[in-house]
Amino acid sequence: MDLRPIRTAPTPDEVEAVASALGALPAEGPSSTSEAASQRHLLLPALHALQRRVGWISEGGLGEICRRLSIPPAEAYGVATFYALFATTPRPPTVVHVCDDLTCRTRGAERLCDELTARHGPAGQARDGAVWLRSPCLGLCEQAPAALLQVAGSSPVERAWGDATVASVGEALTQRRAPATRRSPIGPTDGLSLLARVGKVDPTDLDAYLAVGGYAALRRAIDLGPDAVIRELTASRLMGRGGAAFPTGRKWAAVASQPAQPHWLVCNADESEPGTFKDRVLLEEDPFAIVEAMTIAGLTTGCERGILYLRGEYPLAHERTGSAIEQARAHGFLGDDVLGGGRFELEIRRGAGAYICGEETALFNSIEGRRGEPRSKPPFPVEVGLFGKPTLVNNVETLANVPRIVLEGGAAFAAIGTAGSTGTRLFCLSGCVERPGVYEVPFGTTLRALLDRAGGVAGGRPLQTILLGGAAGTFVGPAELDVPLTFEDTRKIGATLGSGVVLVFDDTIELLPMLQRIASFFRDESCGQCVPCRVGTVRQEELLARLARGSPNGSWTSERAMYRELSQCLRDASICGLGQTASSAIESAIARFPNVVPEGA
Amino acid sequence: MITLTLDGRTVSVEEGDTLLDAATALGIDVPTICWAKHLTPVNACRMCVVELEGARTLVASCARRAEAGMVVHTNTERVRTSRKVVLELLASSVDLSTAPKLAAWIEAYGADVDRFGPKAEPTSDRDARQTGDHHAPDGATAATVAQPAKVDNGLFVRDYAKCVTCYKCVEACGTDAQNTFAIAIAGRGFDARVSVEFNAPLPDSACVYCGNCIAVCPTGALMALSEYDLRKAGDWHEDRQTTTETICPYCGVGCTLALVVQDNRIVRVDSPEDSSVTRGNLCIKGRFGTTFVHEHGAKAPADAPSR
Ligand SMILES: Cc1cc2nc3c(=O)[nH]c(=O)nc-3n(C[C@H](O)[C@H](O)[C@H](O)COP(=O)(O)O)c2cc1C
Ligand code: SF4
Ligand code: SF4
Ligand code: SF4
Ligand code: FES
Ligand code: FES
Repeated sequence: MDLRPIRTAPTPDEVEAVASALGALPAEGPSSTSEAASQRHLLLPALHALQRRVGWISEGGLGEICRRLSIPPAEAYGVATFYALFATTPRPPTVVHVCDDLTCRTRGAERLCDELTARHGPAGQARDGAVWLRSPCLGLCEQAPAALLQVAGSSPVERAWGDATVASVGEALTQRRAPATRRSPIGPTDGLSLLARVGKVDPTDLDAYLAVGGYAALRRAIDLGPDAVIRELTASRLMGRGGAAFPTGRKWAAVASQPAQPHWLVCNADESEPGTFKDRVLLEEDPFAIVEAMTIAGLTTGCERGILYLRGEYPLAHERTGSAIEQARAHGFLGDDVLGGGRFELEIRRGAGAYICGEETALFNSIEGRRGEPRSKPPFPVEVGLFGKPTLVNNVETLANVPRIVLEGGAAFAAIGTAGSTGTRLFCLSGCVERPGVYEVPFGTTLRALLDRAGGVAGGRPLQTILLGGAAGTFVGPAELDVPLTFEDTRKIGATLGSGVVLVFDDTIELLPMLQRIASFFRDESCGQCVPCRVGTVRQEELLARLARGSPNGSWTSERAMYRELSQCLRDASICGLGQTASSAIESAIARFPNVVPEGA
Repeated sequence: MITLTLDGRTVSVEEGDTLLDAATALGIDVPTICWAKHLTPVNACRMCVVELEGARTLVASCARRAEAGMVVHTNTERVRTSRKVVLELLASSVDLSTAPKLAAWIEAYGADVDRFGPKAEPTSDRDARQTGDHHAPDGATAATVAQPAKVDNGLFVRDYAKCVTCYKCVEACGTDAQNTFAIAIAGRGFDARVSVEFNAPLPDSACVYCGNCIAVCPTGALMALSEYDLRKAGDWHEDRQTTTETICPYCGVGCTLALVVQDNRIVRVDSPEDSSVTRGNLCIKGRFGTTFVHEHGAKAPADAPSR
């Protein structure tokens, strides 16, 4: 490959930033095509390094990456422009991302944005070396409205905070300072397991984790051996918590049995579904448990290396998991021979503002330094995954269940919940609810009981609707509150648990602007690969704009027919789950709230 | 061999063959936009979807490998609806005036290309949008990919208002043929576009003007300047054109050329996709070395930087 370099020279800062990300690689770049291919995965970390140091990715900076990694500049540009957190035009060093997504809207985000516009100029307009931008859900919904400060430079700052106000955002813009991240309120745990340590055990100290029985599960897993661990997991009937509800034991068994080597482990911590923050709470408050669970997964399925793919907007989770990995390594819980069980190493890769990178195959492409476009399946990741090798991908919450299953056995786990949905589940309650937060309940708890635990609708107001499962989920009405929260029962009412979102809207909330925000989200987050989703999400948003204006193309009858066909095409012909579910929440609202689309002509 | 059922008929195909191969073997026509014989399937357009019994969604026949015992339907109501909507979505957002195959399908599938409303005015910012952000639409018009044609070199035009983002040019420029990597997809979602790094003009890119991207483009978004100029002047007359195959005179490789001649002038040069020498690919000399003689004299090679 004979590449034509970018001619603009990098600045010394840019050279240094790229060098810091590439570590000991030779300064003159790879010496062969195969060497270049093996280093391509460093593209995303190198782009992060530039963005963090300079505040944007310039021609000179991108050119330096391309030279060092031997990547065609057009491809590197295609990757850089894939992510919302990267800018390829000049941007001031201080950026405040202000969430204007669903939950934050129920908590005054629009008013906040209006006031910011009045005080600091419109979103996107730079002033005095700072700019504020609107952001999709920042995963801090229990503290809505939320914001995230990023300051680029030689000592960069990254901080997310809740209960954002004009004053705190203003201070972030002008003083480059943000309030300390508040500890997330957690619902009562009733002796349940996933949240047992949250808020009680110091998440920054391995000794504290060890003192409450940490790493006992890893020892037990090594004693049992891979086959027995997989047997327990299968007996537990644990299903993936990332959205697709695939049996975890079957997935582990499939990866463990693949002859191709090496095997890769990926923990999917890209949590970006609007209204979802449960994985963030686990990563921030119980990081050692995730590291331990990943180690069990790696040793059990023959993966010597694991990657924690962490959402780019989670700075505190990054700090905590990074520190947990270091401490675990220092204590021999990671490395060449983990407690006599074999080799396992772990590293963190950060996303950069792309919901689609939570889709497992898009995630692989993202790690590999390619655009985060989903691949076609089959082949499935257990056979052909990261770097083309057998890969085990699990959600954070899925993995968090593993230590308990190893310690207590699959049968004990399966005894909790219902026959079709075993164990407990984390739910993210937010919006118009008295005590927003993460709640752990056994499967089978009704939606009503869960809502009651969170204190019911805030201020005792009447409930209008609940968005169950996230933007890719469904709206359910007050008449459906008695649905038991299980995979099978929600399916019966045409709903889904998705990522555990329970977003509550009281009677004062206007529904249509919320639907417009959902449509806007999918339009922004579509990877753009396939026609149904790339164009269909645009047409969906335009339809909602017409509903807001009250003027149809033709008649509302023809608009209904159009939307029926459009959503059928999205569901049937899109490549991945994003397009396949992009119309689900809006369709469910139309079905349940007849006044969303006017009747007749 | 693998045996499966397609539209009620039994068919046997080789291991590794796709459902599209199986349909072709039976003489069943499945429409494709982003698929091409010598390119890796990207399965992006979704025009070729078919119904596979037992699958939750439709599947792209161009990429889905045939498996023993599969039962496939290529022309159900469900299939036709998705194809129709795909065409409606494309026609409402892209200028398909030089894409006759798509026009024929629009007719055949009864696609209502105006159902999303009148097309929005062209915009000038398509190359400069920040990912993850867009202006809220008002719904009165349907957004399009319209933008001015990029005429920045003496050999070919990139008119991305006609681009259906099928990835074929990117693949042809990359590992599937040319290994030059001058162009890639940039941006995301509806703002995804074919681009050189930082939207530089082509002469500042790695492009070697092989024109292999032009050869695979299904919509005429990429077009030799000779053809573009004739069309613009209203002088492109397919009824007066003949195609003659010959061997390229420039070097010893001996590529097959298909010369499209109109009124005694060579107006376009292709190479047949099934040629064992070229598989449809040429270099700058074969593709442009005959036309510019007529159209641009000695100007073109100087404009096109050589490296
Ligand atoms: C658009 C899209 C976004 C997704 N985002 C996430 C995510 O943020 N976290 C996650 O664990 N799974 C996500 N998934 C599901 C993953 O593709 C995959 O099924 C999951 O990580 C598997 O883990 P599990 O078996 O433990 O659930 C997403 C899927 C789609 C289609
Ligand atoms: S459905 Fe959407 S996100 Fe998924 S591959 Fe297609 S365009 Fe990309
Ligand atoms: S002419 Fe050849 S090198 Fe230039 S963009 Fe097209 S395929 Fe790439
Ligand atoms: S320019 Fe042509 S070949 Fe390239 S993506 Fe667009 S339509 Fe496809
Ligand atoms: S943080 Fe704003 S909606 Fe989730
Ligand atoms: S031809 Fe199969 S998806 Fe485009």
